[in-house]
Amino acid sequence: MTSTKAAALNLVTDHGASLGCAHCGQPVAGEGRFCGPACADAHALIHDLGLDAYYARRDAAAPTPTGEEAAPLDLSAAVETLPDGSHCLRLLLDGVTCGACVWLIESALRREPGVMAARVNLTTRRLSVTWSDAVEGKAERLAGIVRRLGYRPAVAGMDGVGDPHKQAERELVRAMAVAGFGMMNIMLLSVSVWSGHAGSMGDATRTLMHWLSALIAIPIVAYSARPFFRSAFNALKAGRTNMDVPISLGVTLATSVSLWETARHGEHAYFDGAVMLLFFLLIGRFLDARARGRARSAAEHLLALGRAPVMMLNDAGMAVPTAPAQVPVGATVLVATGERIGVDGTVADGVSDIDTSVVTGESHPQPARPGDRLFAGMVNLSAPLRLTVTACGEGTLLAEIVRLMEAAEQGRARFVALADRVARSYTPVVHAAALTTFLVWVLWVGLAWQSALFIAVAVLIITCPCALALAVPAVQVVATGRLMRGGILLKSATALERLAKVDTIVFDKTGTLTLGRPDLLPDPAIDMVDLELAATLARASRHPLSRAIARAAGPGPVADGVREVPGAGLEWQGPDGPVRLGRRGFVGPVRVPGGLIEGPELWLARPGRQPLRFTFADAPRLDAVAVVADLRRRGYRLALLSGDREPVVAAMAIRLGIADWRAGVDPAGKAAALAAMKAEGRHVLMVGDGLNDAAALSAADVSASPGSAVDVAQTAADAVFQGDRLAPLAELLEVARRADRLVLQNLGFSLFYNLCAVPVAMLGHATPLIAALAMSSSSLVVLGNALRLSRRREVRT
Amino acid sequence: MTSLLFLIPIALVMGLLGLVAFLWSVRSGQFEDLDGAGARVLFDDGQPLPPPVPPPSKEKHLE
Repeated sequence: MTSTKAAALNLVTDHGASLGCAHCGQPVAGEGRFCGPACADAHALIHDLGLDAYYARRDAAAPTPTGEEAAPLDLSAAVETLPDGSHCLRLLLDGVTCGACVWLIESALRREPGVMAARVNLTTRRLSVTWSDAVEGKAERLAGIVRRLGYRPAVAGMDGVGDPHKQAERELVRAMAVAGFGMMNIMLLSVSVWSGHAGSMGDATRTLMHWLSALIAIPIVAYSARPFFRSAFNALKAGRTNMDVPISLGVTLATSVSLWETARHGEHAYFDGAVMLLFFLLIGRFLDARARGRARSAAEHLLALGRAPVMMLNDAGMAVPTAPAQVPVGATVLVATGERIGVDGTVADGVSDIDTSVVTGESHPQPARPGDRLFAGMVNLSAPLRLTVTACGEGTLLAEIVRLMEAAEQGRARFVALADRVARSYTPVVHAAALTTFLVWVLWVGLAWQSALFIAVAVLIITCPCALALAVPAVQVVATGRLMRGGILLKSATALERLAKVDTIVFDKTGTLTLGRPDLLPDPAIDMVDLELAATLARASRHPLSRAIARAAGPGPVADGVREVPGAGLEWQGPDGPVRLGRRGFVGPVRVPGGLIEGPELWLARPGRQPLRFTFADAPRLDAVAVVADLRRRGYRLALLSGDREPVVAAMAIRLGIADWRAGVDPAGKAAALAAMKAEGRHVLMVGDGLNDAAALSAADVSASPGSAVDVAQTAADAVFQGDRLAPLAELLEVARRADRLVLQNLGFSLFYNLCAVPVAMLGHATPLIAALAMSSSSLVVLGNALRLSRRREVRT
Repeated sequence: MTSLLFLIPIALVMGLLGLVAFLWSVRSGQFEDLDGAGARVLFDDGQPLPPPVPPPSKEKHLE
């Protein structure tokens, strides 16, 4: 079952062919065993290496190799020379789905001479290969093997070793382990003390037990509570208070008062309570950090896959793959057909059509001639170009966008997380209650101040916000995990809270509501025979319009000897004469019917017949209409802000039923429109993918972008959703609303628990046993409530 | 009660051993790839792989 599901995910069209490709399982046209030469190559490589067992072992279909489409990688940043003289290559891999993939890649790489170790991490999808010899081009060769097997390698942006998040996570694991060890051992001693309260345990033994507990507890508190102490200290230094202040205070007081009691041979000590509190809180912190870390690394993975090097001409006139940041001003860069431009520059040579939608939102390709300025992110459609790199730093479009983003973020009110707002009012109340307890016992009842202080500390311990501090992270962990399974990466800690408040959703058009790629428009004048003929030519080309035709026709044969005329089209010597597929002038004189809609087009010319016109448009995502209707039904106000021309935007708005739309908006205009909406008191979710949306994404209350977005947009967005569908967005909002409800329930329960426990403690009845029971039971209730979120309430359409 | 003098140190030492073992396993990266470790054990048979035989039907998924 999994194989068919995974295959369907990779598929664009499913014609239900009987037996799929022997490698990737996709339907095969004709009689061959493979759907394309890339699959045949991967299969042959696996077979030659004697790794055929892969096909029996995998539990998901193999990724479809992309073949020659693969852009060259600049591997210099990924190779590291180890102290012992060997070399290590670290790559991110796309397409690794199961254990068999891991086994296949590792086995294939280990067969290479000189390779000492190859290891694929299935969780983070990172590969590290070590080899001993210093052969030139070895790294490229190893990456080539991975690519031939059908996996897409990418160079990771940042190394995992120096990552501060990773280090914080490790510190939390260690602190949690130490606290867990301490809790169990102290509990062992405490249980015997509690059972000895009936009278069977002598004072001396009890004090011994308490001393032993103190011996364990004090170093453990000193070690494991450091994350809380640090955070509390920073908050107090900044004149604020957060949840860590009462936690730190509670733990410190509980430990020191217990120590004092132990020294006085007292009956009660709270060492167990203090360490248990730490352990529970550390579990919550750790799960929270790990869930966020996973989402962040997945987001980084997406970015790394999109980060392609540019082909720079060096002094010798050779094209070398270079990272865009390292290309100097004045260098010449080659841009192949269908490639995304990596740097800002002017056209030095070549004539082509440029898809500028990522930068301007304009969906109609623009012509580019020598001297025209092009920006990073645009896609070169029809012919190879040579660019001269013009600007770097302040002069680039990217710098302009970043300035806009910074301005937008300054205007964005600092959002205070719910937990911190609760802590702000909770902390003074609790401390006032403890002080009141102390004063009342001393002044009113006339108790000795030592005993009164002990009762006051008991109040602080029992109100120590264990359940309260778990209430929010527990829900967030479950929500992050659930969203991640649905292909949504939540990057910001407070995004869920901000999403739950959203009442207005603003969409970008190109690339967000649409897929940002041309699709063939259905036309009754085109019959299947013509389409198939066009497709046999188109399959040989990487041009986006050719691909659209190939997609529409489904898998099929490729014509032999198709010649690609750069900037014009495709030509094939058919049995009856030349067949041409391309732009107007290329196929010969054509009759253009009146009232044409401007848009991308291709013409098909066959011997003896009228040229046939194919038109293309950027179609909305498959489920866009349904999702937009669903969001409107749920009461969200929807708006469409696009940089595209008015007729296109209007048509899309009418089709999706969005009444509030604006066309031709520039990046600053988008940010300003969002600021205006926020000034009306609306809470805005911005969904966008382009460079022109980045400022708006920062300006909105909360933002999301599809996984295909440019990296600036993905970095600015709070959530990134993957796949060709818009449904994750609805899921995101739904989960946020439910998470918000659960957080409120959890907070309500914790406060209710405190309301019940505080009088008991104030009256002096809070023994360590009661404190331990109350603390663990309330934490379990809160965790159990949070877990309800992982259950899916309904089946997604 | 003198038995406590043996039993409590023994309990503590055993607990400490567990803690040290856990910290060591974290440090040596055994928790880095929990998904992969589960799958790896199924395939790593430690033997040279079977000789390449022409497989009759490749499209056999083990579900």
